[in-house]
Amino acid sequence: MNAVLTVARKEIRQAVRNRWVLASTLLLAALALSLTFLGSAPTGTVGVRALDVVIVSLSSLTIFLIPLIALLISHDAIVGDMERGTMLLLLSYPVARWQVLLGKFLGHLAVLAFATCLGYGLAAAALVATGSRIDHDSFAAFVAMIGSSVLLGAVFVAIGYLVSALVRDRGTAAGISIGLWLLLVLIYDIALLGMLALDQGRNISATALNAMLLFNPTDVYRLFNLTGFANVSAFAGVAGLAQSTSLSVQVLLLALTLWTLVPLGFAALAFSRREL
Amino acid sequence: MNATVRIANVTKRYGHLKALTDVSFDLGEGEMVALIGHNGAGKTTLMKLMLGLIRPTGGSIEVLGDNPAAGEFVGRRQLGYLPENVSFDAALTGCETQTFYARLKREPVAKALELIDAVGLGAAATRRVSTYSKGMRQRLGLAQALIGRPRVLLLDEPTTGLDPELRQTFYEVIQRLAAGGTTVLLSSHALTELEERAGRVIIMNRGIKVADGSIERLRNIARLPTRIRLKVAGLAPDEVPSWLPASAPCRRLNGHIVEIDAAPERKIELLRCATAAGTALEDLDVMAPNLDELYAHFLRQAEGTP
Repeated sequence: MNAVLTVARKEIRQAVRNRWVLASTLLLAALALSLTFLGSAPTGTVGVRALDVVIVSLSSLTIFLIPLIALLISHDAIVGDMERGTMLLLLSYPVARWQVLLGKFLGHLAVLAFATCLGYGLAAAALVATGSRIDHDSFAAFVAMIGSSVLLGAVFVAIGYLVSALVRDRGTAAGISIGLWLLLVLIYDIALLGMLALDQGRNISATALNAMLLFNPTDVYRLFNLTGFANVSAFAGVAGLAQSTSLSVQVLLLALTLWTLVPLGFAALAFSRREL
Repeated sequence: MNATVRIANVTKRYGHLKALTDVSFDLGEGEMVALIGHNGAGKTTLMKLMLGLIRPTGGSIEVLGDNPAAGEFVGRRQLGYLPENVSFDAALTGCETQTFYARLKREPVAKALELIDAVGLGAAATRRVSTYSKGMRQRLGLAQALIGRPRVLLLDEPTTGLDPELRQTFYEVIQRLAAGGTTVLLSSHALTELEERAGRVIIMNRGIKVADGSIERLRNIARLPTRIRLKVAGLAPDEVPSWLPASAPCRRLNGHIVEIDAAPERKIELLRCATAAGTALEDLDVMAPNLDELYAHFLRQAEGTP
């Protein structure tokens, strides 16, 4: 365990030095703040549900941004260290490959969690500072949104590692990562909506739709945030589709956890079989 | 001799490429062994096998009682490795890098940091590795390999990029370690450097071990002639000194220098002839075959050409 933490600490330090932490925190904070103030326009400054609106817009932003940041940090983790030659030396040390992978995962996740909590936290703080009243339910939904955003980040860090453990060079890893991002963030939903529109509810049952939604971590995240909390779902017009789902919060969280653990497990397996 | 590394009938293939074929040797405590061979002869592959970074296609490897490929890495705490073209995470400083590696080996950090000074990096220790020159990175590589007084040191081309002064220090350090019982295996192209220092030489060619032994022993096996150079006064340009035994192969170099190739058992006889009275001998050099020549000889032999 000690070795895992040593590796994690080194990753965090590197991310701080390389300004990954700074860049991602600033990016998330800037977008969160602008969404907060633009997003509160419809409800006005006295809107009691200001935070709920922010949750809807922020979680839509998260779906695009967090997977991108996560893949950017992670796609390089294994294949990049191998190309640079640092992996060769590291693995000559008394540390197992799964420990290296887990250490990197914890380090990268910590960076992502820090950026998300601080960036989004600033948005909430700004709302409070400008005098919006925030009730308890909205606050709980906001905390859940931050937590699930970190979890979504974990999913894509794990997916990035899997790509990184499988390919031969960094360029390929970057290409595949961008492809996966496009697929999971954009194409999958468009295809799904197109299919539903064509099908007109004849063949695709609710169960099949649920299964298809669970097959994409970004949809799981969307469902969790847009339907999980009564306050929020009132604002989430886009989630009309989601209203028909019967997936509980627990199932959605489990799906996100599995989406993290399964790619991470396969990444560890692929990494342990690789020869340097 | 207690063997710290045992390599038995090891074969390693990458697809169709045979990187190593049936290589066997033991390395003992306190031995300083030079591993020499062309690029691609299998030197780095051997080291990677000893570290468990790759698995052998056949045969068995044991390092400090562990099978390195089985994921047993208790032995690795007592193992130091300096890869060829060592590289570090550029964003960290020398000190941070050394601290990181010391923690992974569970060795005291303060002692590991002393090594930074020992390799002459003291002034640059708080600078980022990205600002280091090739020689400085090599020093840092050396410092990390020495963490925790390793019992086996694997050094892949350790002296490339080091200035002569540091080379000297480097050899002093590893000779001290070897004297304390550390097995040192080092691969190098700088054969003249190794000649006086390595107690044993292993020559590899295309994945096959072609020679293994002390330099003395390799000289005996190779039976390369010792070259004797004589400077003789008053010889005509094509003349060969009349007092030389007719059978001795000799040739004229520039001016009055005659070079004789002496077979090992005739060396003394020839020297007696040369130093006998009335030969007008002005100077004399005796050159035993050096490691370069031995290496070339064993490679030629392995390739099956005369």
